[in-house]
Amino acid sequence: MDISKKEYSKISKKHSGSSKMYKTIPKAYAIGGFICMVGQFFLNLYKNTGLDDEQAAAYTSITLILISAVLTGFGLYERIAKHGGAGTLVPITGFANAVVSPALEFKTEGYILGTGAKIFIIAGPVIVYGITASVVYGVIYFTMGLF
Amino acid sequence: MSQFIKDGTIKLTNGVSVLSYAAAVGKMEGDGPLGECFDYISKGAELGEETWEKAESKLQQYAFDFALRKGHFLSDDIDFIFAGDLLNQCTGSTYGLRQYNLPFVGLYGACSTMAESLAMASLFIDSGMGEYCAAVTSSHFCSAERQFRFPITYGGVRTPTAQWTATASGCCIVGAVTEPPYIKAVTIGKIVDMGEKDANNMGAAMAGAAYDSISRHLSNTGKNVSDFDAIFTGDLGQVGSDILCELFSRHNEDISKVHKDCGLMIFDREKQDVHAGGSGCGCSASVLCGYILPRVRSGEYKNILFAATGALMSTTVVQQGESIPGISHVVEISHRR
Repeated sequence: MDISKKEYSKISKKHSGSSKMYKTIPKAYAIGGFICMVGQFFLNLYKNTGLDDEQAAAYTSITLILISAVLTGFGLYERIAKHGGAGTLVPITGFANAVVSPALEFKTEGYILGTGAKIFIIAGPVIVYGITASVVYGVIYFTMGLF
Repeated sequence: MSQFIKDGTIKLTNGVSVLSYAAAVGKMEGDGPLGECFDYISKGAELGEETWEKAESKLQQYAFDFALRKGHFLSDDIDFIFAGDLLNQCTGSTYGLRQYNLPFVGLYGACSTMAESLAMASLFIDSGMGEYCAAVTSSHFCSAERQFRFPITYGGVRTPTAQWTATASGCCIVGAVTEPPYIKAVTIGKIVDMGEKDANNMGAAMAGAAYDSISRHLSNTGKNVSDFDAIFTGDLGQVGSDILCELFSRHNEDISKVHKDCGLMIFDREKQDVHAGGSGCGCSASVLCGYILPRVRSGEYKNILFAATGALMSTTVVQQGESIPGISHVVEISHRR
C-alpha cells in the first residue's frame, strides 16, 4: 500500500473515537460512591451491634465481597460495572468480581485445572504487586523507625 | 479450469454456483436488524450445551444441516468441506463437523475465514475436484470472550472501538453452475500490517488489508467500484469502515455509496450497545448466507464483492507488543452467469 504506517496511524486515530469522559467520570464517581456508601452503612450497622472498629471493618469487607460474588454469579455485576467503570473496579467489590468471574467461567475445565488454576488470572497481578508494594513500604517504614 | 490472472486474483471460468446456503445465529443476532433473514435463531447462548465451545460447534452443525436440507442434499453428497472458526486449533469446526465423516480442510483466517473457505470451495469445484463442496464458519461471543478477553461475568469496560463477536454461523454449498448466485472470481488476501497495536481496535487493524484486497481485485479484473451494486466487508465495524472509505477517497474513488459492512448490518449499534459493531467468523458468514446471497439469487443485487476481513493476532503476540496484521479475501459474486 502506498500509504505509510505513520499516515495510516493518523487516519486511524481520526476515526477511532475515545471514551466520553464527561459521561464516564461522573458515572464512575456516583456508582463508586454508592458502593462506598453501602460499605459505610454496614460499618455503622456492625458498630451499633457492639463490634469494635477492627471487627466491624472486617465484617464490612466480608459483606461487600459476598454481595459482589452473588451479583457476579447472577451476571449482574458486569451490568453495573459497564456503567460504573473504575467506580466498580476500585472498591473491594471489584476485586471480588475479578476472582469470582474466572472461578465460574473456567469451571468447565474442572475444579483443579479450571477454577483452581485460573481463579487468579485477573486478580493475580493485584496480589503480586500489592504484596511487593507492601514489602517495600514495610522496609521503608522499618528503616525510618531506626532514626 | 480456473484461470490465474495476477497478484492473487483467480477467475473462475467453468462457473460455480452457490447451490444452498443457511445461517444459524444466537438470540441477540436474531433480535438485530437482520433477524428475519436467518434460518435458525437460538433461544439462549448455551444452545442446550454445557460449554460455550460445544455451543459454538452445535451452531456450526446447525448451519451445515440447514444448508444441506435447503438444497436437498445428504451429507454424503459433499466431497470436501472447508471450515474454520476463531477457537484455538479450530475446534469449533472440528468438533462440530466430526460426526459427518467428510474430507475436511480446516482453515484459519480469523474473521475472514468465510471468504477464504468460500473461495477455496469454489476453486475446487471450478477445477473439477469434486461435485459439491461446503464452506462453513462460526463464532460464539462467549467462547471468543473467554479465549481472547475476559470471563463473561467480569466487570470490564469495553472501549468505544471494540467490536462484539457475533454468535453466528453460516454455510454455503457450492457446485457446478446451475442458477445464481455465481462465483466469478476470487482474490486471495495478503498479510497487511499497518502497525496497529490496539487489540480493542480490530477495525483499524483490518481496514488496510480490506483496501489492499478490494483495490487489487478491481485492478486485476479491470473493474471499477461502479460495476458493483454493493461491496460488503466483514467485519470492519464503524471505525474500520470509516478508514476504508477514507483510503479509497484518498485514491480518488468513492466507495461510500456501495460499501456495506457485515459488522454494522448484523447489530443495531446504538440499541444493542455493541460499540463499533459486530465481528467474528460467523458475523460475515451469517450475513452472507442470510442476507446477501438470497438477494443475489433474486437479482436484487446483480454484482457484489464479498470481502471478509480478519485480524491475524493471538493474545500472546499482542501481549508481547507485536502489531496486528490484517487480511482480507475477496469473492466476486454475480446474478449473471
